[in-house]
Amino acid sequence: MSVKSLAFPRPRRVLPGFGITMGTTLLFVGLVVLLPLSALLIKTGGLGPSEFWAIITSERALASYRVTVGSALAASLFNVGFGLLLAWILTRYRFPGRTFLDAAVDLPFALPTSVAGVALTGLFASNGWYGRLLEQIGIQVAYTPLGITIAMAFTSIPFVVRSVQPVLEEMEPELEEAAHTLGATAAQTFRRVVLPTITPALLTGFALALARSLGEFGAVIFIAGNMPFETEITALLIMIRLEEYDYEAAAAIATTVLAAALVLLLAIHILQAYVARYERRS
Amino acid sequence: MDTAKRSSVRAEHTLVSRLLIALGVIGAVLLIFMPLATIFAQALSQGWRVYVDNLIHPDTVHAIGLTLLTAAVAVPINIVFGVAAAWLLTRFDFPGKKLLNTFIDIPFSVSPVVAGVMYLMLYGSRGWIGGWLAEHDIQLMFNVVGVIMVTVFVTSPFVARELIPFMQAKGSEEEEAATVLGASGWQTFWRVTLPNIKWALIYGVILCNARAMGEFGAVSVVSGSIRGETNTLPLHVELLYQDYNATGAFAAASLLATLAVITLVLKTIAEWRQRRSLQEQ
Repeated sequence: MSVKSLAFPRPRRVLPGFGITMGTTLLFVGLVVLLPLSALLIKTGGLGPSEFWAIITSERALASYRVTVGSALAASLFNVGFGLLLAWILTRYRFPGRTFLDAAVDLPFALPTSVAGVALTGLFASNGWYGRLLEQIGIQVAYTPLGITIAMAFTSIPFVVRSVQPVLEEMEPELEEAAHTLGATAAQTFRRVVLPTITPALLTGFALALARSLGEFGAVIFIAGNMPFETEITALLIMIRLEEYDYEAAAAIATTVLAAALVLLLAIHILQAYVARYERRS
Repeated sequence: MDTAKRSSVRAEHTLVSRLLIALGVIGAVLLIFMPLATIFAQALSQGWRVYVDNLIHPDTVHAIGLTLLTAAVAVPINIVFGVAAAWLLTRFDFPGKKLLNTFIDIPFSVSPVVAGVMYLMLYGSRGWIGGWLAEHDIQLMFNVVGVIMVTVFVTSPFVARELIPFMQAKGSEEEEAATVLGASGWQTFWRVTLPNIKWALIYGVILCNARAMGEFGAVSVVSGSIRGETNTLPLHVELLYQDYNATGAFAAASLLATLAVITLVLKTIAEWRQRRSLQEQ
C-alpha cells in the first residue's frame, strides 16, 4: 500500500458515475437515515425544555441510566481483558483449533439478539447448566444486574478482538525482540512495548463495545428481570412508554440515548483516525 | 547470555503461553460455545418428535416466511445503496465527503429500539407523515411494511462498510484503463469492478442478510407482534418464551442459530477469498 501512495497524483473524476451514485446515496441517506432521525428530534422538540428535562431526569429514567451505564461499563471493561487475551493468543500462538476459534469469535455478531437472550437465560436460570452450579455457591445471575452485564458482554465480545487483532498482526517483531535482548522480561516487554502500541486500538474496541452495550435490548431483556429501578434498562423503559402510548416520553428518552450514541460515535471516529495514522506510519 | 538462562526464559515463555491459550480457550468455550450448545440441547430436550412439531407449527412457519420476505426485500435494497455509496466515496473527491461517510455509519451506532422509535415518530399514526398517511388510509407501521423499513435502516451500513476499505485498497487503475479504452460506465462496472469486488460484496451481503433475518429490537417496536401476521422469527422466539413454551422458543431459536453458524462458515470463506484477491494484486 505504501507503493501506491508514492505513485504520482492522477486527475480525479476520470471515471463516470458521479451523478448517479451521488443521487442514489443522498436519496437513500436522506430518506432512510436523516428523515426518521429528524422526525424523532422534531417530536422531542415539541415538548419544550422544562418538560423534556422533567421526563429525562425522572427517578425511573435516572435509575435506568444507572443500570444501563453501569452494566455496559462493566461488560466493556471485561471485554478489554478477555478480548485482548483472545486477540493475543490468535495472533501470537499456533495451537490446534486456532482457525476455528478465530471464526467463532464472531458468533455473537451472527447470532440474533433474542436468541442470545434466551440462550443465556437458559444457561443461567436456576435449572440451567450454569445456574445450577452457581446456585450452590450462592451466586444468582439471572434477573440481576450481573445477568445484564453478562448479556452485554456476550454481544460485544468481537469488538475488542477485531480492533486489536490487526494491530498485533502488523506489529514488527523486531521491537519486542530488541526489548528482550536488552534484558526486559516478558511482562516488561508487554507493558512497555506492546501495550503503548495497542492502546488506541484497545480504546476503540472499548468504545465500540460500550456503544453496543448501551443500546443492547434483545439479549438483555430475557435475563434482566426488568424490575423498575433495579434491573430495568433504558431501552426497555422506552418500550414501556410506547406501550403506554406515551409517545412524547418515549421520544424524549430515545433522543437522550441517541445523543449519547452520537457522542460515542464521534469519539470512535477520532480514535480510528488515530489508529489508521499509526498503521500508516509503521 | 548463557544458555542456561536462555533456556529458562524459553521455558517460562512456553509455560505462560500455554496458560494464556488455555485461559482464552476455556473462556471462549464457556462464553461462546456453551450458549450455542444450550439452544440445541433445550430444543431437543423433549425429543425429535416435539422438536419437529414445534418447527412445523403454522405460526412458526409463518414467522419463517416473513423473515425470509424481509431479508429478500431489505438485502437487495442495501446492495444497491452499498455499491453506489462505495463507488461514490472511493472513486471521487467532493466537499462533505467525510460528513456523508459519518451519516452512513449512523445506523450502526443507534440503539435498535431508538431506530424503531424514529420510524414510529415519522410514519406512526401520531407521527410526522403518519397523520397524513392515515387520512389516506395508508398504514405503514405495525405491519410487514414497517418491519421491512426498519430492517433496511439497521442493515444499511453493512455492504458499504465492507466495500469501501476494499475498493480503496484495490485502487481504480483498472477501471480507469477500461474507461480510457472506451468502455461505458456500466460496461466498466459489470466487467471490471464487479469481478474485482465480488468477494467483498458477498461478505457484506452475508453480514447484511444475517442481521436482516435476526433483527429484534427495531422490529419489535414497529411490528405490533401480531401472532401469525407480523411476527418474524426473532420475535416469535420471544413470544413463545413469554408463553412459557421454552422448548418451542428454543426450537425456533435453533433455526436462527443454524443460520448464524452457516453465516460464520460462509463469512470465513469469503474473507479468505477476499484476502487472496488482494494478495494477487
